[in-house]
Formats: sequence, C-alpha cells, structure tokens
Amino acid sequence: MENILKLVTENQQMIYIVILMVFLGIEVIGRVPSVLHTPLMSGANAIHGVVIIGAIIVMGKASTDNYLALVLGFLAVVLGTLNVVGGFVVTDRMLEMFKKKK
Amino acid sequence: MQLDILTIAYIIGSVTFILGLKMLSNPLAARKGNLIAAGGMTIAIFATIFLYQTEDGQGLHNYAWIFSGLIIGSIIGTLAAKKVKMTAMPEMVSMFNGMGGACAALISAVEFDHVYREFRLDSNSFAAVVPFGHYFTISAGAIIGGVSFAGSMIAWGKLNGRVKDFTFNGQHIVNLLVFGFIVVVAGLTYWSNTSVTNIWFLITILTALVYGVMFVLPIGGADMPVVISLLNSFTGVAAACGGFLYNNKVMLTGGILVGAAGTLLTILMCKAMNRSLMNVLVGSFGTKHTASGGPAKQAGNHKEITVTDAAMLMSYAKKVFIVPGYGLAVAQAQHTCHELEKLLEEKGVEVKYAIHPVAGRMPGHMNVLLAEADVSYDKLLEMENANDEFKSTDVVLILGANDVVNPAAKNDPSSPIYGMPILEVEQAKTVIVNKRSMKPGYAGIENDLFYQPKTSMLFGDAKAALQKLIAEIKNV
Repeated sequence: MENILKLVTENQQMIYIVILMVFLGIEVIGRVPSVLHTPLMSGANAIHGVVIIGAIIVMGKASTDNYLALVLGFLAVVLGTLNVVGGFVVTDRMLEMFKKKK
Repeated sequence: MQLDILTIAYIIGSVTFILGLKMLSNPLAARKGNLIAAGGMTIAIFATIFLYQTEDGQGLHNYAWIFSGLIIGSIIGTLAAKKVKMTAMPEMVSMFNGMGGACAALISAVEFDHVYREFRLDSNSFAAVVPFGHYFTISAGAIIGGVSFAGSMIAWGKLNGRVKDFTFNGQHIVNLLVFGFIVVVAGLTYWSNTSVTNIWFLITILTALVYGVMFVLPIGGADMPVVISLLNSFTGVAAACGGFLYNNKVMLTGGILVGAAGTLLTILMCKAMNRSLMNVLVGSFGTKHTASGGPAKQAGNHKEITVTDAAMLMSYAKKVFIVPGYGLAVAQAQHTCHELEKLLEEKGVEVKYAIHPVAGRMPGHMNVLLAEADVSYDKLLEMENANDEFKSTDVVLILGANDVVNPAAKNDPSSPIYGMPILEVEQAKTVIVNKRSMKPGYAGIENDLFYQPKTSMLFGDAKAALQKLIAEIKNV
C-alpha cells in the first residue's frame, strides 16, 4: 500500500499530464463534425504511432550481442514506422480529396 | 545542452499533436493539421535518434538497425497507404493500428527481457529487483498492445471478408475467464519468483493475443468501425505506457491524447447508432434477433421498377436525394454516382446527398468516398438537415444502404435497432431502392421500407444500375 502511494508521488508529473491530456483529448474531439470522423480516426491513429520513439530507444540501447533485443527492437521500429508513415499518408490522402472541391 | 534541445523537440512534438488534432476538426484546416502533426512527429523522431541519452549519459547506437528499420517501414507504409482503394480505408486504418499495438508490445517484451536479465544476475527476488510500477507499465504495455494488435488484425480480416463472424454460447463468459487468466498470469510473473519468470511473461503476451482475437470475433462486421476506434484508443494507451517506461513526455502526451479522444469517438459512434458500448461489445446484433420482431408480416409485397421508369421519374423531379450506403462503396460506384448527379443537375434537377453518420463501414466513410469522386462538399447533408428536407423531395434514390433507412428503428420497439436515428426517407414522394437482392442488411433485420407502396426496388449492382440509369436519362 505504502509503495503504491509512493508511486503516485514519484510520478505526479506524469499523472498530471495524463489527467490534463484526457480532458484535452475529449475537448478537442468533441467539436468534430461527423464528416471528418474517418480522417480524424486515421489522424489519431498516426499520432499514437509516437510509440516509434520507444522502439528507437529500445533499439538504440540494445547491446550489440543481445540478438533477441536487436531483432525485437528492429521489428518494433519497422512496425512503428509503418504506423506513423502509413497513418499520416492515408490521412493526407483522405483530406486531399476534401480540399479539391469547394 | 543536448538534452535541452531534446526536451524542446518533445515539447514541439506534443504541441503539434494537440494542434493537429484540433485542426483535424475543421474541414478547411484538417489537411494542414495532419501535416503539422506529421512534422512534429518527424522532429521528435530525429531528435530522439540523435540526442537521446540513457541515464548514464550514453547516446544511442545501432544506427544501422534504426535507419534500416525506418526506411523499410516508410517504404512499405507509403506504398500501402498510396495504393489502398478508398473503399478499403477502414481496413487500412485497422492494419496500421495493429502495427502500432504490436510495436508497443514488442517494446515491452524487450524491456522485460532487460529486467529479467538483471534479475537473473542478482538472483534475488524478482519483486526486489524490479519496482512494481516499472513492471506494471511493462506488462500493461504488453497486454494492451497485444490485444490491440490481435484485435485489429481480426477487424481487418472481417472488413475484407477473410474472417467470418464466430459465436458460441457462453462466449462472453469464456472471454471474461481469459481476461482473468491474463491478470493472474501477469501477477504470477511478478510475484511467483521462479527462474522461469520469462515463460510466465510469454504466456501473458500469448494470452493477450488470444484475448484480442476472441474479443473481436463475435462482434458483427457492421460494428467494426466502433471496434477499430476502440482498439485505436487502446494503442494510444499502450503507447502512453511506453511514455511511463522511459519517462518520455511526448509519448505520454500523444498516447493519452489519442486514448482519450479515441474513447470519446467510440462513444460518439455508438451514440449515432443509439446503442451503448456494452451492447456493441456484447453484440447481440444479427444473431438472436433475426427471427424475432415480426419481420415477415409484410414480406413478399415489394415492387420492382424498370430502369426506364426510374430514369423518367428522376429526370422530371424537382429535387432528388441520394442516400449512399455500403453497397455504393462495394460497387466502387462513387464516380458513376457523381456523373448521375451532374447529368440531373444539367436537366435542372436539384440533387443532394443525405449522409447517415454510420452509413458505410466507418463514420464519414461516405463523405470520403464521395469526396474522392469530386462531389461538392455542400451537397452532402448530415442526417438532421436531410430529414428536414425529405418532405419537399420528389425522389429518394437509395444506393446500397439499408439499416440506416429502416423505419423499424422508429416504430418497432422489438427491433434490435429500435431507437437508432435514421434517415426518414419515407417522407419523400417516391423512394427508389437499389440493392443487389432482397437480403437483409448488415444488422440482419428485415426492412419494412421496401414493402411500402411508395417504394420501388431497382435490383442490381450499384455501379451497373447507375450506368444504365445514366444511359436512360440521356435518352429522356
């Protein structure tokens, strides 16, 4: 119990960020017209691709003789990049079509 | 100095994510918003590669691996995203989402391997070597990422027809048991303190994958958008776990932002169908209700219309509404549809589109599809506005939509879709329904609209039917 309470204090910055981001996320999306739901979902999908940063850190820290970490880390970098690049390109493609006419 | 620049890069990244999401909510700024977020992401990625330092002040190495991974991922990602057809967009999003989930799970796996090695060296108790908070984020990232990956793959397979719905009695109880099992194994990994802790962890991940599959399998294909949106927010949370792991604020910001926004989007989608998230996940749709709710009472009395008559009706109408649905997407008929619209407008007919929020396989699916065919943005009416205009409409042409125009949602309390807001097309003077057959729609329920006196059926593939219509209208 004490340990868990201590965790809260130790991570209070992070916890504050979480709380603020939860409200911000809801606030930002709350005003989206339904027409933009698909691009929005896709854009949000690309943004959580920020997980790639974790993959890069894992990869960059792995010692050169730890093949398990190297292989898993490499896979993580590839998949994370797919998520980021694919996500943004798909979203851009959708939005490009919205813009053409007017 | 180096770390300060990294911090600034991360702050820029976080701000662009928030700005990007905000701008995505405005049709005119959306594209820019997406590019801004992408720019912020690029800055954050390269800052990490070159400026990141571990606790003991070491920079990152293995650049060859990192860059080849980035290049391979970028090439495949760009090609896949550029090549995908507009109709297959939801699948693509699901696929990319799954990749993100897998990435989060892999990161957790490597981090676990890391702490496991420390524990083996120390051979103390696992709990003494690894702080609980650290283990908790590792295992949460692994479980959530794994569920998201497996679930997204199933959702992807369902949307492109490779995976069929699969249900059995007591499935939800089995799923709950599987979930409980994951929690128990994850706990055992931490506290059991054996030398095979790594096997326990492996079992945790594998069960998470199984759970992801079982979680999505029973949910009907029509509900996949909701599921994808939910899994999208899962991946967001999994990414945020990585943020906790490395005390990395940009991962935390991005992940939680998407987690929160994705959850809200999921709830908004459910609301549009007037169902609770619970109801979607427990998914009674199309299985139990098919037989109930008095579907057969009017069956058999639909009437067909010939292409010539339909062409005649439409060319002499004042106002025509087109209601697109998944049938239009499947037939890739959006361009033909736009052609029909232009042709009718030349004849002085007012043509508009009525877009139901959940038409197609994803909210906004129809908008994207019609935008691809250059249909003007202001011709697309959202449900409420369209419902106000149906009274003054002469012809409503329904292209492969079904459940979103089913009056049972308004009149029949026993119907599973009762209470879902629908497009009230029956207020128009005539309704022409284009469908491939009399088969019920995705929700598996009969549609009384098809048997009403003012409704006539125009059977056939949407594209073929539209082409014939166009040819006939040119002759009128």
